[in-house]
Amino acid sequence: MTGQPFDYFWLGKLSIDSLPFVEFIRDPNSNTAVGAFAKAAAIGGAMGLMVLLTVFGKWRVFWHEWLTSLDAKKIGIMYIVLAMVMLLRAVIEAGFMRAQQMLAVEQPGPLAPEHFGELFSTHGTIMIFFMAMPFLIGIINVVMPLQIGARDVKFPLLNAISLALTAAGAVLIMISLVIGKFSTGGWSGYPPFTELAFNPGAGVDYWIWAVTLSSIGNTLTGINFAVTIYKLRAPGMTWFRMPLFSWTALCTSIIMIFAMMPLTVATLMLALDRYAGFHFFTNALGGNMMNYTNLFWLFGHPEVYIVILPAFGVFSEVFSTFSGKRLYGYHSLVFATMAIAVLSFCVWLHHFFTMGETADLNAAFGIATMLIGVPTGVKVYDWLLTMVRGRVRLTTAMLFSIMFMVTFVIGGLTGVILANPPVDFAVHNSLFLVAHFHNMLIPGTLFGMFAAYYVWFPKMFGFRLSEKWGRISFWCWSFGFYLAFMPLYALGLMGAMRRSAQWFDPQYLPWLVVAFCGALLILAGLASQVVQLWVSIRDRDTTRVPGGDPWDGRSLEWSMSAPPPEYNFAVIPQVHDRDAFTWMKKNGTSYTAPEHYEDIKMPKNSIVAPVICALTAALGFALTWHIWWLTIASFIAVWATVIARSFCQNTEETIPASQVREEHERWLRSVKALKPAPREHETTSANQGLAEVVV
Amino acid sequence: MNKIRKYSRHPGLNMGSTDPETHEAAETLLFGFWVFLMSDLVLFALLFADYAAQSQHGVAGGPTPGDILDLKNPFIETMLLLVSSFTFGLAALAMKYRQDRTRLVFWLVVTFALGAGFVGLEVYDFTDMISKGHGPQTSGFLSAFFLLVGTHGIHVSSGLIWLLVLLVQVFVFGLNRNVKTRLMRLAIFWHMLDVVWIGIFTFVYLFGVA
Amino acid sequence: MEMEPDQLPDSEAEDPRQEFREYCIGGILAVLLTLAAFGLVASHWLDTLGCLMVLTLLAVVQVLVHFRYFLHIDLRRSHRDELQLILFTGLILFLMAGGTIWILWNLNSRM
Repeated sequence: MTGQPFDYFWLGKLSIDSLPFVEFIRDPNSNTAVGAFAKAAAIGGAMGLMVLLTVFGKWRVFWHEWLTSLDAKKIGIMYIVLAMVMLLRAVIEAGFMRAQQMLAVEQPGPLAPEHFGELFSTHGTIMIFFMAMPFLIGIINVVMPLQIGARDVKFPLLNAISLALTAAGAVLIMISLVIGKFSTGGWSGYPPFTELAFNPGAGVDYWIWAVTLSSIGNTLTGINFAVTIYKLRAPGMTWFRMPLFSWTALCTSIIMIFAMMPLTVATLMLALDRYAGFHFFTNALGGNMMNYTNLFWLFGHPEVYIVILPAFGVFSEVFSTFSGKRLYGYHSLVFATMAIAVLSFCVWLHHFFTMGETADLNAAFGIATMLIGVPTGVKVYDWLLTMVRGRVRLTTAMLFSIMFMVTFVIGGLTGVILANPPVDFAVHNSLFLVAHFHNMLIPGTLFGMFAAYYVWFPKMFGFRLSEKWGRISFWCWSFGFYLAFMPLYALGLMGAMRRSAQWFDPQYLPWLVVAFCGALLILAGLASQVVQLWVSIRDRDTTRVPGGDPWDGRSLEWSMSAPPPEYNFAVIPQVHDRDAFTWMKKNGTSYTAPEHYEDIKMPKNSIVAPVICALTAALGFALTWHIWWLTIASFIAVWATVIARSFCQNTEETIPASQVREEHERWLRSVKALKPAPREHETTSANQGLAEVVV
Repeated sequence: MNKIRKYSRHPGLNMGSTDPETHEAAETLLFGFWVFLMSDLVLFALLFADYAAQSQHGVAGGPTPGDILDLKNPFIETMLLLVSSFTFGLAALAMKYRQDRTRLVFWLVVTFALGAGFVGLEVYDFTDMISKGHGPQTSGFLSAFFLLVGTHGIHVSSGLIWLLVLLVQVFVFGLNRNVKTRLMRLAIFWHMLDVVWIGIFTFVYLFGVA
Repeated sequence: MEMEPDQLPDSEAEDPRQEFREYCIGGILAVLLTLAAFGLVASHWLDTLGCLMVLTLLAVVQVLVHFRYFLHIDLRRSHRDELQLILFTGLILFLMAGGTIWILWNLNSRM
């Protein structure tokens, strides 16, 4: 728009102003300083990673062992790393937001309102699409194939491509921090505010393409997981012998298959409005923004259950494992999960009770919303009864799970309050709502993912995480959560609206100060997790678990070495019981050599996924900045890559039976040399991954 | 025909005992593709719902469906797509029973020609509407119309490209298992697009005119 | 509950003529139904409401014909996984499309 036609052809809407630090140099103040700090952190982080890879000469390993790998466990770990990096950014942003709101009572805060708008938009978008989703998909990738007795997911290349698309979206969001500005439309991006008429900049386009890429990736993931669970279960693993985490993985995948599409449709329609002058959600010529709201929440509500169901699965495994007991009410938990999955498609209107529909319609959806409380309540009782008369061990994972239960029930109660349309009219769009959904998602999703991280980390890497630093982070996160979000309930009832960059009521101040302290405590929790990772890697020789079963686990993923071999199982096991591995331990069939081994076919590494990641990130960037030559080139290149791949014939390699035998027997010998650890020494170096069998 | 091995059936034409190995491989692959198609159906369902609302509420003083839709070309398009579904079936039968490359390629080429005719006619219709000032920028109704019908058109076009790629693969690789299962997947994709088109000609064109 | 055995009986012998006949029946039925639908609108034989209802019915029947004869989906012989999937998809499509139309019409009635 500003440059010469020549520049416009090559660079689109990019200009000097979109470069990093230009704003800060032109006008240094608190607002631009925070922006410059963020840009410096992002650039520094990327450069630091490259320097480290170069200094340690790890580029080759990084490429061959990770980026091109089609192993579900490695793809899962990459998902989790992506999620943690994005979590770091989004929590720091949250800290800035709490500081701004505390400092902006009856005066302008340190950040400009536009900048504050970018912060809450990236915070929400990252937390949902680039933290929660990758985290849970990563955990499912690592655990689910092991749990159901499969060697891999059904479509390994598709799995890598899903990761590539999600990563490309994350790359776009990180680029938006450095070049240009992000959307100010919130994570939900409601038009008409996000339409061209009100938001001509590139920010909304960054949001559209980042979200679209990740939503396509997630749809493909859902298909992949569902087919894997349907078709690749080990012999004897009937539906009702499947561990609960795999059940929740299945239900989440099914929701993903159906619910990501409305989001893709909504963002693409918004893109058509912005790029091609269509009238879907505009104010003029028959556009209807309510249409967007409807489509967005058709996705948005099921999304809540996409991110929460796998956490429910994790808690089920944790309560059962660390109480040393069979899961109570297994069938009711399965049916409750299915009920939640179906009900999640019946309640989306409660996100826009105030849009102006009739009371009948609101009542219908209000009742449906309250119904979800029933299966969720069933689950809470099942978990409680799993702990009753168990030998409960309060490890970090268990602490997070118990804190989840207490906190989540409080959040659920405020949810039932909000499900009343008349009450919703009073508090909608206020900080009460913000408090409510953080009260669901932090214990519900984040604590679940943390618990999963602590439980399965030894399986992924072969050594345990530091228990001491885990506990420190647990207490910081828990107290931090209550301090940061309970005041928001009060503020919401006092009339404070969400996403406000400035306040005019001095009564808010004490509450905002408390909330800011909570945010600091949460940051401390996050910092202690970074320390924990560092300490655990440093001391890894004292926490190794070569036996592969550090927690006296009950399902199949604990039955092989840690980390597991590429092919997961030397021989696909026969399943006899719901707690398949416990059954094997009690019947003495764990750690035994099978009669004969067979050749195993595994997919070869492929460069397709990293290529698609680079190309789709380029595509998103080109679309955002209207660089049409790059748009067309990268779009064609993506499909050319896919078609070229379809001409590859040798995509599998065979691991000979002799090699499998040798590796398996070597591991069995090493297990024989281990001393079984009683549970009271679970968190000490006596735990070498072989559990004492109590008959 | 006394077979001991019994086969479960997946969507589309089953290879069954004519090629048991491919049948077994196809079973899971087709299930996966079928799941994808269900997800794709959600896309169309949403566009239909959007069209249902916008064609009534989003006219904005512009032309209504009754003003600008006529039935002649949609009828020809319907027949082209329907016959192409049938010829794809004949291609699948040629692949299953005869292992006959010439016959398979013949029916695939016929299918391609019919599909290309469909897309060509649709593009002609669209340019005609735009030249008369009834482009997608005119009103919410026309935006929804172009999106729904255009999305279907893009699906058919990508099916055509896919068909071309597979024709090349039939020549390069012969009728191996990969090529066969890919043709089976393209077949159910193609039939499913015809199913979606039933919805379009009924709810967009016929409802619009009636 | 036990897992369904993966193999269900395939009662039909694999007879090329039989399968060719299936495609022909499907093709002919589909053409007839299409002709009926277009003819109904062209001839103005019914009033608008009746016409819309009959058109919807014809479309549903034609979708079923395509499923049966071209996609070979069959309630008795298809794999259980696929049937579950189709039925569940039907439910979700009904909820999504039906709910959307309900909500948008409701809103429009109050504009």
